[in-house]
Amino acid sequence: MKSAVQIASDVRSGASTADEQLSLSLEAVRARNEELHVFLHIDEEGAREAAARVDGVIAKGENAGPLAGVPIAIKDNVCQRGVPTTCGSKILRGWRPPYSATVIDRLLAAGAVPVGKTNLDEFAMGSSTENSAYGPTRNPLCPSRVPGGSSGGSAAAVAGDMTPLAIGSDTGGSIRQPAALCGIVGVKPTYGLVSRYGLIAFSSSLDQIGPFAKTVTDAATLLEVLAGHDPMDSTSLPEPPPSLVAHLNDGVAGKRIGVVTELIEGADEEIVNEVHRALQVFREAGATVVELSIPELRLGLSAYYLIAPAEASSNLARYDGVRYGLRVDAQDVTAMNEATRTAGFGDEVKRRIMLGTYALSAGYYDAYYGQALKVRTQMIDAFARAYHEVDLIVGATTPTVAFPIGEKASNPMAMYLSDVFTIPTNLTGEAAITVPFGTGEADLPIGVQLLGPGRSEAQLFSAARVLEMADGRA
Amino acid sequence: MSSPLRREEVAHVAKLARLTLTEGELDLFTEQLGQVLEHANDMNSLNLEGVVATAHPFGLTNVVRSDEVRASLDRDEVLAMAPDAQDGRFAVPRIMGEAP
Repeated sequence: MKSAVQIASDVRSGASTADEQLSLSLEAVRARNEELHVFLHIDEEGAREAAARVDGVIAKGENAGPLAGVPIAIKDNVCQRGVPTTCGSKILRGWRPPYSATVIDRLLAAGAVPVGKTNLDEFAMGSSTENSAYGPTRNPLCPSRVPGGSSGGSAAAVAGDMTPLAIGSDTGGSIRQPAALCGIVGVKPTYGLVSRYGLIAFSSSLDQIGPFAKTVTDAATLLEVLAGHDPMDSTSLPEPPPSLVAHLNDGVAGKRIGVVTELIEGADEEIVNEVHRALQVFREAGATVVELSIPELRLGLSAYYLIAPAEASSNLARYDGVRYGLRVDAQDVTAMNEATRTAGFGDEVKRRIMLGTYALSAGYYDAYYGQALKVRTQMIDAFARAYHEVDLIVGATTPTVAFPIGEKASNPMAMYLSDVFTIPTNLTGEAAITVPFGTGEADLPIGVQLLGPGRSEAQLFSAARVLEMADGRA
Repeated sequence: MSSPLRREEVAHVAKLARLTLTEGELDLFTEQLGQVLEHANDMNSLNLEGVVATAHPFGLTNVVRSDEVRASLDRDEVLAMAPDAQDGRFAVPRIMGEAP
């Protein structure tokens, strides 16, 4: 499949049309969707209309936008007006949002063509897409393995050449982990850079929407479209978003790059080796490599698995059978609420709701939730100190390559450990990107993670581009 | 080390969260949630005395907009997605007992 930038250029120049590009994408989706279970809903009608609008704009000789005619896959926790949105849950089966997320409006304005909604772990809670109420997604590179999660469908859509771009959401690694496991680029932008309006809330202080793409250039182009202040999201950053594409080839000469012990320890040897190879590439490109230790990182997992469930237990209180989604009838309203939630939520969602309810309950609040919020402060301070010494940090994205379907499904704690290297960036609200770099067991891809301070995306993209070129990609 | 979580506590939390658990689920969740809380005890290795809690990464302050009338979602369209609606309102089963 051509890159998003190439498709947009072809469509703008008249060498191709948005409708033709959509047909190619839909053909690719239909060829493998049954096997891989990537899309929960294919919105052919809406996509044809969006493509026709783009082609109409071009016919009039007007600017159709940076993503003119580029097919894109949307994670099914992002609301799109009139298009079924399930969050991978039975509790929202059949729901059609009466409004669109800001990111959908921005994509359409940029000429992109949303083709459908992708599978995810229910309410974005999981690291393998096995927690979807509609069944797991398979990794296009090796269908007996998971694509990662929770945005596994979006990662698989891009890795499986169905769409050149996709959007996902990242609360503890849900973009970066599946991107690494599927061998593509995934970005967790700075908190507040992309509007969360219309993203169905899981953990509001951690959630952030971001791009998936095959190349660093495509990912930067998409993030430029998504980013920007939105009055509909009170956590949206007021400053104009950083310029990214213009800095893609800035390189890393003169940069100080930190390698953090805690962001590689515990990873498989083949992954540690690739991180070291990435450091060598950076040295050869003129960067200085500094070894660092941030011991607070070891507590990230514990803090995250109290903060995220606590916020989730509050956010998911709205699924009560009254305003939308499933209702299981019962004699009074409380019994109806309980019957609806019991039937509508899967096990992982129930576990997190109960964990969060417990962590927030009288008598345990200080010991668990309160303690986790203090660890979060320590983590933010520790990274701030690290960024006095270095410009950006390199580590592993995941401890292993894509694991077999079913391997961790019955052991929540083992599954949670897949997020150990990605969680800290969500707790600090900073930016991180994963870029495919080398392969491991069974020729499966490995992701190297680059982390930076808030709003340092331009620097992360230019460093990622150095690795991409060294690895002979794009 | 015994689980930091008792079965009765899980049953109580489920009730607060409006979830019904079977006996089997109660056993399983007590064990699984206990493991997460046990892992969380590593936070006690840090001296957090006097550390300020962070609920939000960039110190969120309240954001207000000017008080202007503007369009909201269409009522009928919203109610069309509700499990039950009546006379332009969401309808629910009875919320109180029979009248005396």
